[in-house]
Amino acid sequence: MQKPTPQEERTAAPPVQVQALRKVYRDVVAVDSIDFTLRRGSVTALLGGNGAGKTTTIAMLMGLVTPTSGVARVLGADMARERYQVLHRMNFESPYVDVPMRLTVGQNLEVFGRLYGVRTLGQRIGEIAQELRLGDLLSRPYGRLSAGQKTRVSLAKALLNAPELLLLDEPTASLDPDTADWVRTRLEAYCRERAATVVLASHNMAEVERLADRVIMLEKGRIVADATPQALIDRFGRRNLEETFLAIARRGQAEAELQP
Amino acid sequence: MMSGAGGLLPEQRGLHEQTGLAASARRVSAMVLRHWYVIRSSWPRTAELVYWPLVQMLTWGFLQSYLAQATSLAGRAAGLFIGAVLLWDILVRGQLGFSIAFLEELWSRNLGHLMMSPLRPAELIASLIVVSLVKLTVAMVPVALMAYWFFGFNLLGLGIGFAALFANLIVMSWSMGLISAGVVLRWGLGAENFAWLVAFVLLPLCCVYYPVATLPGWLQPVALALPPTYVFEGLRALVVNHTFEAGYMIKALLLNLVYFGLGAGAFAFFLRQARASGSLVQMGE
Repeated sequence: MQKPTPQEERTAAPPVQVQALRKVYRDVVAVDSIDFTLRRGSVTALLGGNGAGKTTTIAMLMGLVTPTSGVARVLGADMARERYQVLHRMNFESPYVDVPMRLTVGQNLEVFGRLYGVRTLGQRIGEIAQELRLGDLLSRPYGRLSAGQKTRVSLAKALLNAPELLLLDEPTASLDPDTADWVRTRLEAYCRERAATVVLASHNMAEVERLADRVIMLEKGRIVADATPQALIDRFGRRNLEETFLAIARRGQAEAELQP
Repeated sequence: MMSGAGGLLPEQRGLHEQTGLAASARRVSAMVLRHWYVIRSSWPRTAELVYWPLVQMLTWGFLQSYLAQATSLAGRAAGLFIGAVLLWDILVRGQLGFSIAFLEELWSRNLGHLMMSPLRPAELIASLIVVSLVKLTVAMVPVALMAYWFFGFNLLGLGIGFAALFANLIVMSWSMGLISAGVVLRWGLGAENFAWLVAFVLLPLCCVYYPVATLPGWLQPVALALPPTYVFEGLRALVVNHTFEAGYMIKALLLNLVYFGLGAGAFAFFLRQARASGSLVQMGE
């Protein structure tokens, strides 16, 4: 049988495959030997309290942080060594990372479109501006937009290259309920249309219940729960994911307090 | 429309080819465009590029005019100080143009986006080099014209010698820019002042306004290990004796190759350190 080419191997590989992934900052273990694999088209929420290891895990998936040991493989590429093979096939959105403030929305989309090598860029910007209701904002500097408008621009930047893998870090933080709902609807539509894989970090449990088909809960860098949102709610006998999250987090806290 | 299916070639995905020279050139041009939009968006920022070089040139030009009446050396070497200050500004503005373009990404909290985009570190460096040249042109062309108008000093009148002086200074400015960008990558905006001040350490050492022999003996080897020292010695030979000292330029070039290699190595090292320490994530937040 003929050996598969690297291209074919990457095609067959799961969108995200994390094996024995560990990150230690000096003497602090941020991520402690975690394993998970995501299937194509899935929406997975990474949950956990502050310092649980969500941001570090996502940063290792993006290649922004190198693991101490283990492998974070995205679309078949080891992100510590081969990230440039796949970075054009993924994208990222977070309210904590901005695009240049002085550039207009249109200029920002043009610059990022060129960085990602989007063909027929003008047409693509037009399409995405229409989808995300950015038409009136294209000529306005990004720095002068409201929080909700900035989120829409960040989302446009994240969808510009039609990514197969989308990493979202609290995509609706600081948005009013109406805008947050609108963003979630757009994300649902994108995932449905493109069969995109999404990794979502959020503290909004209603959002996670609505968007995610899988929840990975982290505590002190370890995976303490991994199931569908409903399975987790049922297992802990709670009414919703918020109560389940609190139950898991407080159990961990109580265990920690009992330690000598 | 683009397909979300895995394993497609970039063109099938609605994207250009991602590897090769054309892809690199496209990403570099995207970054240059990003900075060009910033430069042209604000006339005070453009004026600021010209302001300090102009003030410096006028100050030293008038001093030169005064000294020309009082001393025979200054009388023989018309343009010595103006030439020195213009060349010094090439070094400083080149480095600041490079470093500030890099700092802009941190100030605008955009570095995270760039570091997870297909932009390679070498392409980021190439774009910073082009941006520094653009900013230098914006700053120095009006000042060089003013030097000719006020003091009759024609920088281009130095001929091929000017090209050699310019090339050696600008390469040194990029080496310093690389090191300062690396330091900021590793230690964050707390180390920003390093980027602003690094060039000025060289001012007394690389003998901008006086010969190397003026320095105390123990300091002369330090000066002779710096490429700009040979550039300013070369300028004095050109202006005072009207001779082009090719030997100086070759020494400066060889030293510059070493410094640029060190600068690129330092940038790569600090970037690896930043990925290991997680400081790239902190800078984005």
